[in-house]
Amino acid sequence: MVGSAFSGFAKRASAAETQYPPGIPAWTRSLGAGVVADPYGMPSPFEKGVIRRNVPWLTAEKKSSVSFSPLQHLKGIITPNGLFFERHHAGRPEIDPQQHRLMIHGLVERPIILSMEDLQRFPSVSQIHFIECPANGGMEWRGAQMNSLQFLHGMVSCAQWTGVRLSTLMQEVGIRPEGKWVLAEGADGAAMTRSIPLEKVMDDVIVAYAQNGEALRPEQGYPVRLVVPGWEGNTNVKWLRRLEVGDKPWMQREETSKYTDLMPDGTARGFTWIMDAKSVITSPCPEMPLKGKGIYQIEGLAWSGRGRVKAVDISMDGGRNWQKAQLQEPVISKALTRFALEWNWDGKPALLQSRVVDETGYVQPTLAQLKAVRGTSSIYHKNAIQTWQLNADGSVDNVQLG
Amino acid sequence: MFSLVRSFRYPAGLCFGLWMCTLPMTATAESAGHYGYGETATKAQIAGWDIDVRPDGKGLPDGSGSVDEGMKVFETYCSSCHGAFGEGMGRYPKLAGGDGTLADDRPEKTVGSYWPYASTLWDYIHRAMPFFAPQSLSNDQVYALTAYVLNLNYIVDGDFVANKDTLPTVKMPNEDGFIWQDPRPDTDNKRCMHACKDNVTVSDSAANKNLTPSTTGPLDEGLTE
Ligand code: HEC
Repeated sequence: MVGSAFSGFAKRASAAETQYPPGIPAWTRSLGAGVVADPYGMPSPFEKGVIRRNVPWLTAEKKSSVSFSPLQHLKGIITPNGLFFERHHAGRPEIDPQQHRLMIHGLVERPIILSMEDLQRFPSVSQIHFIECPANGGMEWRGAQMNSLQFLHGMVSCAQWTGVRLSTLMQEVGIRPEGKWVLAEGADGAAMTRSIPLEKVMDDVIVAYAQNGEALRPEQGYPVRLVVPGWEGNTNVKWLRRLEVGDKPWMQREETSKYTDLMPDGTARGFTWIMDAKSVITSPCPEMPLKGKGIYQIEGLAWSGRGRVKAVDISMDGGRNWQKAQLQEPVISKALTRFALEWNWDGKPALLQSRVVDETGYVQPTLAQLKAVRGTSSIYHKNAIQTWQLNADGSVDNVQLG
Repeated sequence: MFSLVRSFRYPAGLCFGLWMCTLPMTATAESAGHYGYGETATKAQIAGWDIDVRPDGKGLPDGSGSVDEGMKVFETYCSSCHGAFGEGMGRYPKLAGGDGTLADDRPEKTVGSYWPYASTLWDYIHRAMPFFAPQSLSNDQVYALTAYVLNLNYIVDGDFVANKDTLPTVKMPNEDGFIWQDPRPDTDNKRCMHACKDNVTVSDSAANKNLTPSTTGPLDEGLTE
């Protein structure tokens, strides 16, 4: 994270003269705080502007709402736990892990109730995966609205999740032959539910209790959540209390009224679980303007719910010509992947775009291509190429191309 | 032994989907599948938490409620946010109207115009509403509210009584409006590298629209509308 710290440079000439060579800074001529001054460490106070943010006019209230990760300040593929985007349907519950239980029942041989201690005795896995709300960017189908990377694309975050494979738990309870679907339910006031087909359940779903090495954060489902790699964020049920095996999907509110995609002919697509490949340039962006012509590293993030990122291309002229960017290690399936390209900016206006290709060969579409098929009312799954207009003064605006 | 027999059960029936089918993980041959952790869930424990309801009515409990009863409960617990006729107050969701608008430029998705199954209404009210006091209503109240909201949408008559037998027979107007098979990828962009298009025009810009909350300093609490 590199945030507001840089603003200090502006004051170089006047106030803080002694901090710069040949002067000796005050912090070199004194002692700092001792260990455990902050028993749980926090970012530098100079980074206090690096926070999740919300759009007050977007939802009726904050308990059923979203907040966005500050992608413009994130310098790795891992989202720090305090900056992971939030989506709650009934607020963030405070759950006592001693009293929390996970029930697994339905078409199983042996219905069980697990304490969090029980759960942590099973063999565990640790995997890095992104989670993205399918409504990420959903405000922009009809036109450019948000002039900010954070508010445009900040409903994606990535963490290392540790927990038990759901297949391990399914094996433990023994699925009956008729069992084809699993319902996951949260313990929050929305008792959020989604139906997940057994193929996915047995493939890579994790019942996770840790995030980047520490217990899940309350806003990420403490003490236990589902992680459904590559699938829409909503299926990654938080505060998980119940898993039921059944022979049909349950057609819950979150998979009928919501998280279905309305097409221009009035029909709707349901069960569109996978997050298609997407990329965005994170520097420059509206929050990170350029400061005059010269050499810059164009940097960004790419990801795909179908596997690994294969390549990212960058255009400076609105998609007329493209150059291959460099992918930065590690490149992990269904995880954020960093890319970069060095560019010598001549100070003239430019239209910057990035375009990801994933391992299935799928090429990130333009907004026009998406709209040609899906119209403007489908809300979810807007994974179109983002265009940044770089102005001569170095400022950057979110624009759409005709 | 028991566990191995069990793990051989899935593969054949399961590999029908779009995904590559992986066999259940068998970490070590001896211990595979069965650890015996936790406690067996009793019928009573399951009944307390198993609240989901399916379109075929599975999960609906005993009890019943009429449209008239529902109107009273709705006025007490729901209309402050959703409006007396489900028209929605402020940014709270609208529960009625919008029929025939799904193909319009500004579609209105409501229980009546969009929801494919009536069971979902019972299930959702029961698990999540009223918003400030979820899972506080009796089964009879939830049946009555379901009947009332369906009646607001002209889906059932005024004398309708909702219970576990009548509700699954209610056919929602938009039931056939959904395709439950993901047709994606539905775009076919090409990885062109040079001279990919002739001209480029900017059709819209977010600059100067004043919709974006502040992205620096403390949280922007203001209502930019
Ligand atoms: C304090 C305001 C409030 C009250 C009171 C309230 N609701 Fe809601 N209702 C909401 C909000 C907010 C949502 C959306 C929640 C979400 O999306 O997570 C909602 C969603 C709904 C939905 C789903 C709408 C859709 O299209 O998906 C239904 C149905 C509903 N409420 C019914 C009721 C009923 C019945 C009552 C009375 C028992 C009630 N509500 C009381 C605020 C309220």
